[in-house]
Amino acid sequence: MSSQPEELQAALSRRYGAGFVTDIETDSLPPGLNEDTIHALSARKEEPEWMTEWRLAAYRHWLTMRQPNWAHIKLRPIDFQAISYYAAPKNKPKSLDEVDPKLLETYDKLGVPLHERAKLAGVAVDAVFDSVSVATTAREQLAKVGVIFCSMSEAVREHGELVRKYLGSVVPQGDNFFAALNSAVFSDGSFVFIPKGVRCPMELSTYFRINAGHTGQFERTLIIAEEDAVVSYLEGCTAPMRDDNQLHAAVVELVALERASIKYSTVQNWYPGDENGKGGIYNFVTKRGECRGDDSRITWTQVETGSAITWKYPSCVLRGDRSVGEFHSVALTHHYQQADTGTKMVHIGRDTKSKIVSKGISAGKSQNSYRGLVKVEKGAEGARNHTRCDSILIGKQCGSHTFPYMEIKNPTAIVEHEATTSKISDDQMFYCRSRGISEEDAVSLIVDGFCKQVFRELPMEFAVEAKKLLEVSLEGAIG
Amino acid sequence: MLKIENLHARIGAKEILKGLSLEVKPGEVHAIMGPNGAGKSTLGNVLAGRPGYEVTQGSVTFDGKNLLELEPEARAAAGVFLAFQYPVEIPGVNNTYFLRAALNAQHKVRGEQELDSMQFLKLVREKVKAMGMTPELLNRAVNEGFSGGEKKRNEVLQMALLEPRLAILDETDSGLDIDALKQVAAGVNALRAPQRAFLVITHYQRLLDYIVPDFVHVLADGRIVESGDAQLARELEAHGYAWVRERESAEASA
Repeated sequence: MSSQPEELQAALSRRYGAGFVTDIETDSLPPGLNEDTIHALSARKEEPEWMTEWRLAAYRHWLTMRQPNWAHIKLRPIDFQAISYYAAPKNKPKSLDEVDPKLLETYDKLGVPLHERAKLAGVAVDAVFDSVSVATTAREQLAKVGVIFCSMSEAVREHGELVRKYLGSVVPQGDNFFAALNSAVFSDGSFVFIPKGVRCPMELSTYFRINAGHTGQFERTLIIAEEDAVVSYLEGCTAPMRDDNQLHAAVVELVALERASIKYSTVQNWYPGDENGKGGIYNFVTKRGECRGDDSRITWTQVETGSAITWKYPSCVLRGDRSVGEFHSVALTHHYQQADTGTKMVHIGRDTKSKIVSKGISAGKSQNSYRGLVKVEKGAEGARNHTRCDSILIGKQCGSHTFPYMEIKNPTAIVEHEATTSKISDDQMFYCRSRGISEEDAVSLIVDGFCKQVFRELPMEFAVEAKKLLEVSLEGAIG
Repeated sequence: MLKIENLHARIGAKEILKGLSLEVKPGEVHAIMGPNGAGKSTLGNVLAGRPGYEVTQGSVTFDGKNLLELEPEARAAAGVFLAFQYPVEIPGVNNTYFLRAALNAQHKVRGEQELDSMQFLKLVREKVKAMGMTPELLNRAVNEGFSGGEKKRNEVLQMALLEPRLAILDETDSGLDIDALKQVAAGVNALRAPQRAFLVITHYQRLLDYIVPDFVHVLADGRIVESGDAQLARELEAHGYAWVRERESAEASA
């Protein structure tokens, strides 16, 4: 490499473009976690009593639990008392026009121009900054057709009955260690309700941003699609570059009633840590959707390029007859990143179908694991699953692992699993280069082709974004 | 334009080229023939810069520049093109996208205007038509699921698009039936131009009935042992490569 040190430096900082900190006044709780913290948190959010009690019940359950250690990851112990469980920009805005210009600037830098997105792209954006939701666009237009799209805090206050009915109905408070923690201290997130027979007129989208230091982000998202409703939702995530590890423990619950369809896409680009493995986000997320009604459908699509550690399994519980669950995933790890991700497909209803497509890309010294469970219950007559896991290795020091689990209790089930592991071949590289394409561009090109099947599932504009993200994340992966 | 002097190259410990010299001027078509294992494909790969080949002696200059010190992509931008004997599949990468990425990468290095997708599409469609290819190939992934003939035609399409100054065809005729061979040859002939040179590597004389060379060289054991015009290729076809070897040893003992 003939680059000058300054150029090299510039190239390095370009690698994570979202790593800036916004200087903004915040109102935050001191670090530490006990019942008082939860009372304080709940009071700040002006929550009804049932919500406070719900949180406390989760907290008490959490105290009895231990942090799990079965994932294929190396993890420094987390000091839960050193984290601040609430941080919010001061001066809460009432409408988009009142949003702090600095905040808007932040989202602009991230490529989420709220104003523009709302008006031009026909995408409604809910932006969560640290712990609170700062602005939700296009709400009026949505309200006309009866769609509710707001922050979780607002939903708790304004749509209490709906929240109470569905919150925790897919991921119970005590589901797992991090879900219990989230249930106790979740600060904000998005709430989406699509009433019976409504096809949501636009893509809904949320941007999550961790800004303050020593803060955890515990967002909670709940999406309900009533009978025949259709919705597509996308979340994007970024965080500043910091030397310490920050915790992100979110819970996402999806409920699809009869013939409803929910498509949930994620482009996750939390700060991954530096090239020596210092800093980065711990991304421990519980995502689960329930196809509660017959003929319903839930599709998860995720592009995971960020975080020091990613540990998550967006899952589908296929309760309704003929319901369909899909999981499409691209997980890229570089440097010292670790990912243990995959899905669970639980077939309960008759003639339920699930499809899993997982593409893992490992570079540097990273570890990338696919872990997936296909479970067919006794009554799931005629259940079908098809799983395809492909991994690609770049360089010699990374690892790729596949852990498929199957529990089949019905003899009529058809479950298929295909897996491949490959390297970017020297022939492919030379072929591209002999046509004039540089080494780095050749790698992105080949990786992009490898991920095509998943990118196809993303909404158009986000497919472009995801592709760019892969390119940036792979910088310096060769040579 | 291309000057190869006393070129020695090896893969691992095995020396394959053992003092090859050759000069090619603009507008010329040189055929390189020879038996299996003579080093024909090695020559093409060394010129294009395939990793794994080590040049131990000799020099290669292209337009006065030392070609051997350039990266493969820089050689491409300088105007060297290798049509692969076994074109490589790149799953999921759209053929049109790949072609545009290649052309624009070269344009960028040369400081020429890059083409946007509309301009490019127009250009590539013209080339496809001229090549007598089905446009449908443009929508498929690079070489994925292509028949042998389609792959070779795709190589010639790339050549037509990239407009190299030196085109090396590495056994482009292998695995082609007579119709495909004629099409490929027609594609190549259409590209013959006063400023462009060709190095046509082939095992059989058959291809040279359609792409008539200015010079024919016989490569044996890593060196050129005989050079002549198109007539030499026909004699080889009649007598076989053993004939060259016999003549060579006769000369040596004389």
